[in-house]
Amino acid sequence: MDILVCIKQVPGTSKVEVDPVTGVLKRGGVDSKMNPYDLYALETAFRMREQVGGTVKVISMGPPQALDVIKEAYTMGADEGLLLSDRKFGGADVLATAYTLSQGVRKMGNVDLILCGKQTTDGDTAQVGPEMAEYLGLPHIANVIKIEEIKDSYMVVEMDMPNTIEIAEIKFPCLLTVEKDIFQPRLPSFKKKLATKDREIKVIGFKDLQDQNEKRYGLTGSPTQVERIFPPAVNTDKEMWDGTGEELGDRLAAKLKELKFI
Amino acid sequence: MGKLVVNQEKLTPSVIEKLVNICPFNAIEDKGGKIEINAGCKMCKICVKKGPAGVIEFVEDMVEEIDKSLWKGVAVYVDHVEGDIHPVSFELIGKARELAAKINHPVYAVFVGHNIKKKASEILHYGVDEVFVYDYEELKDFRIEPYTAAMEDFINKKKPSTLLVGATTVGRSLAPRVAARFKTGLTADCTILEMKDNTDLVQIRPAFGGNIMAQIINPNNRPQLATVRYKVMDAPERKAESSGKITFAEIDKSKLASNIKVLKITKKVMEASISDAEVIIAVGRGIKTEKDLAMINELAGLLGAQVATTRPLIEAGWSDARKQIGLSGRTVKPKLIIVCGISGAVQFTAGMNNSECIVAINNDPKASIFNVAHYGIVGDIYEVIPKLISDIHAKNNEREGSYIRKEA
Repeated sequence: MDILVCIKQVPGTSKVEVDPVTGVLKRGGVDSKMNPYDLYALETAFRMREQVGGTVKVISMGPPQALDVIKEAYTMGADEGLLLSDRKFGGADVLATAYTLSQGVRKMGNVDLILCGKQTTDGDTAQVGPEMAEYLGLPHIANVIKIEEIKDSYMVVEMDMPNTIEIAEIKFPCLLTVEKDIFQPRLPSFKKKLATKDREIKVIGFKDLQDQNEKRYGLTGSPTQVERIFPPAVNTDKEMWDGTGEELGDRLAAKLKELKFI
Repeated sequence: MGKLVVNQEKLTPSVIEKLVNICPFNAIEDKGGKIEINAGCKMCKICVKKGPAGVIEFVEDMVEEIDKSLWKGVAVYVDHVEGDIHPVSFELIGKARELAAKINHPVYAVFVGHNIKKKASEILHYGVDEVFVYDYEELKDFRIEPYTAAMEDFINKKKPSTLLVGATTVGRSLAPRVAARFKTGLTADCTILEMKDNTDLVQIRPAFGGNIMAQIINPNNRPQLATVRYKVMDAPERKAESSGKITFAEIDKSKLASNIKVLKITKKVMEASISDAEVIIAVGRGIKTEKDLAMINELAGLLGAQVATTRPLIEAGWSDARKQIGLSGRTVKPKLIIVCGISGAVQFTAGMNNSECIVAINNDPKASIFNVAHYGIVGDIYEVIPKLISDIHAKNNEREGSYIRKEA
């Protein structure tokens, strides 16, 4: 079975603030890491490969430094990796990202199953998986919490719905997004790191893709635009109290009574 | 759309340093005295607006503009489980009416499922102009292809300018598929929505884990899609009278084919959700041992409150994920929330900062939670809470005592 996992490199920390006076972003710490939600998708792929055999490939879109997450996927057990990187892909919103990835998928040969993490820690949208499925014409199921069965032409999964747990059968080829905690992700292996340190990672750009219409990629291919950014509002209507623990307890009890909560 | 142009002749070492530092996405690079903009650029244009004047310029592209007048209506997808409508749908209908009023557009609701015809009439108590009902056996359980086909049919027929979808399990799977089908934009988890006179929907949401707010627009594509979580928009009023009409939509059954089969549905044991609680006590790492939760539970009992927690307590096994408030947990909007021993990182406050009354107890006067609290109590929860509990007991005894005295 040929499985493809979508992975993304995200900022190591979300510590970003807007200076309320200048409106400029202040970045704190610039380390990058693999999107933690993707680790669950990778682990799902590896376990499925252990069960039915086949290959696990990874794909990512990002600047050249994103090669690091593909290398990391190799140290966990991925067989092959592709990075889509090009200045022309920059500034992409979800639609353009999903389109670019779907174009990249077409360069990866046979794919029976695409696995995605639920969302990223930088974008938080949880949209790229379903949008890729649409572009590739694949059925998709989101919120997968368990893999029940893997057969030749279909698989059975358990999904977490608001009031129910549902078990559904989905035909290959298909795309799944998996929930956090579906499996315990494995750690990178030093042995695999040595074994894969010189393994090729294919990097492709705009000119390698089938659709050569520039307008569908990057910023131009993004229907949404960030109009402005600003710091979150701070509540100005407030009281600060101090005193001994006992005084504060009394004061709070009195206030709660005043507000009719007791 | 457009592109950034760097006027390299204006560069000096100090200008280069300022530009490299000003970019929040690390997209501006110093390449041997020249500036290069790499693929990390998100075109926020901060380098143009706030960088050294005139060094980086934004040049507009000539873009074909769409005819926005062809798209009319603010539509809401009605989220439901076997016909029981999720309250987020009514919150969004309330918001849709506000947005539509600004541009004089009709308000639509789209209800997709099986045997839902009777339940559709409930929607007419919330002020929609028209409810479109797709009632087919193939739509009995949520499966992505038939549901997307129904939404596609609705959008092609009615051409709504905006479509709002609740950020529920179904919504988060359906909305992006519909957005990609129409090659249009979708902003997830919006916290504020506004409408421009030109029918552009202003979509505001937290970004970078809640540290900043991003204002997003979808100026040249239709329909404009946005998802919103439950309890973010205000609860709407249900009117006694019903108004508007129900239209039973027809769609070719061949369009409802699917490669997915739902085999079994098991109901979960439903616990009261913190999202619906009127009073919540939220605890974090200020609680040092699991035993100390006893006083919190006691206080909760006295106030008729539910207990919510932050991630560390869940990871320690003292609570579970359904009780988590925050960006990766639930959004709550109770009448009262007492926040105990939580520093108030934005990932947490983003899930509760619209609560009506926020009381925060923390012994660090600089804790960020005090930025959102209405009542900021600088104190030790191990002192304040026991005293609060004993005061409440005392007041309860007083009342009982006086009642007994009256009887006698």
